[in-house]
Amino acid sequence: MAHQIIEKTALDAPSAPDVVLMGIPSRGAPLARRLAEKIAEFSGTTPRTGTLDVTLYRDDLRRGPTRPLETTKLPDGGIDDKLIILVDDVLFSGRTIRAALDALRDHGRPQAVQLAVLVDRGHRELPIRADYVGKNLPTAKSEDVIVYLDEMDDRDGVLIR
Amino acid sequence: MKHLLSTERIDPDTATAILDTADRLKQALLGREVRKLPTLRGRTVITMFYENSTRTRVSFEIAGKWMSADVINVSSSGSSVSKGESLRDTALTLQSAGADCIIVRHPASGAAHRLAGWLQHTNTSVVNAGDGMHEHPTQALLDAATLRDRLGSLNGRRIAIVGDVLHSRVARSNVHLLHALGADVTLVAPPTLLPTGVQNWPVTVSHELDAELSSLDAVMLLRVQAERMHGGFFPSAREYSIAYGLNENRLRLLPEHAVVLHPGPMLRGMEIASVVADSPQAAITEQVRNGVHVRMAVLYHLLAHEEETA
Repeated sequence: MAHQIIEKTALDAPSAPDVVLMGIPSRGAPLARRLAEKIAEFSGTTPRTGTLDVTLYRDDLRRGPTRPLETTKLPDGGIDDKLIILVDDVLFSGRTIRAALDALRDHGRPQAVQLAVLVDRGHRELPIRADYVGKNLPTAKSEDVIVYLDEMDDRDGVLIR
Repeated sequence: MKHLLSTERIDPDTATAILDTADRLKQALLGREVRKLPTLRGRTVITMFYENSTRTRVSFEIAGKWMSADVINVSSSGSSVSKGESLRDTALTLQSAGADCIIVRHPASGAAHRLAGWLQHTNTSVVNAGDGMHEHPTQALLDAATLRDRLGSLNGRRIAIVGDVLHSRVARSNVHLLHALGADVTLVAPPTLLPTGVQNWPVTVSHELDAELSSLDAVMLLRVQAERMHGGFFPSAREYSIAYGLNENRLRLLPEHAVVLHPGPMLRGMEIASVVADSPQAAITEQVRNGVHVRMAVLYHLLAHEEETA
């Protein structure tokens, strides 16, 4: 995925866009940092990272108990005119990304927004697709896809249940 | 959470969750172009103030508007209250008109509890924004948020609440909340300004401000509430100020990290000297700023979840 991002954004070229990897908590945040490290390793350019909590923009807040909020941390200088790559662990209905796009709009006006996900499990409910996919994972709608990350779960792995 | 009526017997986890939400909201709003969140779109919040207020009413209104709720303000003058309508009828009217949340301030202690009782079988939430000499929970939450910003954790911190404890709903709410969060609370006041039954509160009581200052992490000053005083609670304003006012000399006795709080409105020269109020140790403007985020957090915890049928 890091190679794909370097190639598609040409971020090591002289006229490179100002790329920011924005992780969506909880698991998108460490994934964004990992991707940034890989990109730095392969291209020599370290993209900036941030986190964007989308809870306040969700359309399902009234369909469950109170959701705790997560950290939002924009890069210094904001997101205006940057190429934002949203990073999340699993792409499912697309509703989280819809919320993220709304949240971004309130923080500023990026030059463009792209999406990178570790797992695309299908079953979209909105016209949203990812620009970079780690793995396409065919699933039944009733199944759960759980991503474990060393930073939070003491191990790496993807589980279908 | 359905209502927020008091901090007595508040679950420490719930209190911490609200404070964490307030922190995150502050962070989410930091440096943005559009200070508006869509979270409470289509929800209606009505403030119902039977007593004067600047900061509480305004910060609730801003809190609601920043989260896209529709906020309507009702005050006792200029509404049917001045024609003699009872609290109950007014509340039921507002509920029928479509209020998802009623924020009430009333001169009678217990008014918010009564109101919540009348609205028990509806989906309307009630927030106590100050009821007589009883409680003012969102003030205590914003004080705790301010103290957390300055001191980190409240666990084991020594905090003195100084002055007119008898008439203070702020003191009552703070005693319960700070105790729940693990702080060690001392009340400092003349015996005439302490309520009966204070020996049953989870606090220590002192009548000597100077003796306490050097060991404090925070001192919270209370306004001397002349409007609730009918009779001689202390000999003169000057004498009160000499014995219990936080002046420049006393500020020097406080540890350097200690925080000075005042819920406002301040009587400069009475319970707090002007230089103290404007000193870097005073967190009074931070309290107001935190007030908006804490009230947003309270509205979030009351309104942004599936409906509870009580």
